[in-house]
Order: sequence, then C-alpha cells, then structure tokens
Amino acid sequence: MTSVWHYFFDHRSDITSWLYTTLWLGALPVVIGLVVAIPLGWLAYRYRWAYPPIVSGAGLLYTIPSLVLFLILPGILGTKILDPLNVAVALTIYAIALLVRVVADALAAVSQDTLAAATAMGFTSWQRFIKVQLPLAIPVIGAGTRVAIVSNVSLVSVASFIGVIQLGQLFRDSFNAPTHQIPPAVLGVILFFVIAFVYDLILLLAIRLSTPWQRAVRS
Amino acid sequence: MAAGGAVMSVVADNYFDGVGTFLTTSSNWWGPDGLVHYLRDHVIYTAIIVVVAALIALPAGLVVGHTGRGIVLVAGLANGLRAVPTFGLLVLVYVWLSPKIPINRHDVLFLPRGAVRAFVPVVLVLMLLAIPPILTNTYAGIQAVDPQTRDAARGMGMRGGQVLRMVELPIALPLIMSGLRSATLQVIATVTIAPFLPLLGGLGRPIADGAESAGGNPPMIGAAILVAALALSADGVLNLVQRLIVSPGVSGRFRSQPGVTTAPTVEAQLTVA
Repeated sequence: MTSVWHYFFDHRSDITSWLYTTLWLGALPVVIGLVVAIPLGWLAYRYRWAYPPIVSGAGLLYTIPSLVLFLILPGILGTKILDPLNVAVALTIYAIALLVRVVADALAAVSQDTLAAATAMGFTSWQRFIKVQLPLAIPVIGAGTRVAIVSNVSLVSVASFIGVIQLGQLFRDSFNAPTHQIPPAVLGVILFFVIAFVYDLILLLAIRLSTPWQRAVRS
Repeated sequence: MAAGGAVMSVVADNYFDGVGTFLTTSSNWWGPDGLVHYLRDHVIYTAIIVVVAALIALPAGLVVGHTGRGIVLVAGLANGLRAVPTFGLLVLVYVWLSPKIPINRHDVLFLPRGAVRAFVPVVLVLMLLAIPPILTNTYAGIQAVDPQTRDAARGMGMRGGQVLRMVELPIALPLIMSGLRSATLQVIATVTIAPFLPLLGGLGRPIADGAESAGGNPPMIGAAILVAALALSADGVLNLVQRLIVSPGVSGRFRSQPGVTTAPTVEAQLTVA
C-alpha cells in the first residue's frame, strides 16, 4: 500500500487533473440523460402508440457497445475521437437509452386512484404531473439512475482503451511502464470504485430527501 | 495492419470515407489479419466467458431464489460488481497475475503461443461483468413465481428439487434468458478491450492499433461497426432461442393469459434494459 501512496504523491498534479475529467464524465452524462429521459419517458407513458418505438429504440441504442459509439460519433459530430466531449455525448446517449424505459415504467406504476384524486382536487394535468406523479415515481426512477451512474463511471474507464485522457490513464501507465507497475493500477481501481460509491451515496441521499413520505409510512 | 494499408493511404476528408470500401474488399476479410479471424476470436472469447459466468451464476441464482436465503448479500454483490472499472481491473489482474501463469508451449486451439497469460485475466475480469445480470435475473425470476403455483406443486407431492426443476425454472426462464442476453451483449461489447493485452485477437485489435493514430481510420471504424453488428445479431439469435425454449404456456403465446406473465422486480427490469 505504501508504494500506492508514493505513486499518488509523485504524480498528484497529473492525477488531480485526470480526476476532474473523470468526475464530470462520470456525472454529467447521467444528469443530462435524466433531463432528456423524463420528457421522452412521459411521452411513451402518455401515448400508447409512442411506447413501442421509444422503448425499443432505446433498447436498440443500448445494444450498441459504448466503444463503438466512441468511434462512430466523431463522424457524426465532427469531434475528435480522443476529445472528452465525444465520450460525454456517447455516454449521454447511453444514459438516455437506459433511463427512458425506467421513467416510462415508473410513471405507469403510479396508482391511477392517486392521479384521479389529484384531478378531482382541481390540479391541471401539468400540475398533476409535476406535483404528484413525478414525485411518486422518484423511488423507481432513482433506483434506475443509481444503476445508470454506477455503470457510467465504469464505462468511463473503458474509454481509456482508446486513450481518452482521464483517470484511466493510470491503467495505461501501469501497463506501458518498462516493467509493468502494479501501484498505478491499484490506485486507479480504488479511485474509480470510490467515485462510483460516492455518486451512488449522493443519489441515495437525494432520493431520501425528496421522498420524505416513504419514511413517514415506515415509522 | 497490412490488410488495410491500401485503403488507409487514401486521405479521407470525410470521417467515414473508405470504410465502405474497406468492408467490401475481400482481402480485408481473409488471412491471419482478416476480419473473419478477428470475428471468430471475438465470438470464441465471448462464448467462453459467458459459459463460465453462467456456470457460476445460474446455480447460485437458482439456489438463492429457491431458498430465499442470501438475497441481500447477492443483490449487494451484484450492485458492487457493476462499479468495477473493467478496463482498470483487467490491466491490474494482468500485471499482477500473468507472471505467475506458466506459458503454454503450443498453440491451444484458438490461442497463439503465450496468449494464455493474457487470456486468463480477460476471462476472470469479464466474467465479473457477466455474472450480475444472470445472477439477479435468475433469483428474481424464481422469486417472482406465484407462491400458489409453488404450493400447488408441493401439494402434488413434488420434492424441493422437482419443484425447482419442473415448475420454478420453466416459469422463470424468460427472465433468466433476458439475463443471459444482457450478459452476452455486455461481454461482446467489452471483450473489444481484450487486445489491449498482448497476443489477443478479436475485433478490438484493429481498434487498438488504430487508437495510436488520433484520427479515425477505415479498419478501426469498420471493426467497430462489426462489433455492433455482432451484438445485434447475437441479441436476435438469443431472442429466437428464448422463443424456442420457453414454454408457450409461460410466454403467453399459447393463448393470452394476463395472469401467467411474471412480474419482474425493478432490479430485474433494469438489468434487462
């Protein structure tokens, strides 16, 4: 373990800048993905005809390997393959593909009686969606988002295969050293785990704070 | 990259220029550096990894689902495995383990001499990717079996093993199959990184070679397109297998029975996604 610490202190300026890239690549795609997936999921939930094309389209997108997206997108966006933006867009597409179905199914799982009660109380359909249906769907959407963010962080490490500069660089350094070095790889694996764990924890807290009624029922 | 040399020398001002020509030139498909060879390796690696993962995850999932014991442990483990930085762990396991693996003196079927040192880490690490979807879908599928159905089977005099084999397994099969499907897709996608290690093939080889040059090039993009095509066809084939082996009474194709469709848990639905 001491050699891992030594490696960290010897390379801390590099590692810090890689850490920033990894942090935003790990979080931003899922945040944007969620923002896009909510209206799309609503559309799939609200209009019966829209569900099959949206959900199976998302499934198809999810079938396409992330590495392939990293390599195909530059041809469509005009980005460079090694541009972090390129990776961010690919990961966003992935997050949308995963979350659209979760959102649609979560909205559909909200009790029809509750929605009818809200309508009876005079909520407009927009108010009803924002104040009743979406909040009640948070536990399921939240569970899906936790899966999405943890897998997303893991996918960022895969981007090192094509050489995008972020914490995954530690693995390339470990491998490319004249005699293979174990410490950078250990450090990298630990950091990726910690990032995934911290993001998961933040989401868990956010879900708890935004659904106080769940604890009220339990106690 | 001798195979792609002629095409690569064409300066492409459009990113996809030359990819079509590359994929339709037969000399790029055959030979030791040909796409057929890479495709074959990709399929073999994937098959081995998925089979090894299924041999571990299926029995474990069946036992956990049937007995209801250890669900918290297994669910937590599966979630933790999702956080594994696959590429990083692959490098770590390779750097740490490969000096300890004796080099094979001969080519083993599909592996060139010495490649065992890289192949074992690939199987070990990618297995971790394939286990969670199979495991969670298997126990969730068994757990979702209607308790009344299970009781009826017991009431008919079936033993625990018989209930599992003749009742729970067939009913859980659609969910188990979708777990296998998503595991296979993930492995096909990720085994692409295997050629980062020496001597390993697969469709990631042209990508690894091409990644050194900052721009795109036809072999690299062509191979990426083939990975996607392979993923889509594997999904199609497994879908077909699922239709063939799932009992019509369970899949609802026999006659529409809203009651028989199992209700997958959120966890299971997510892994299916």
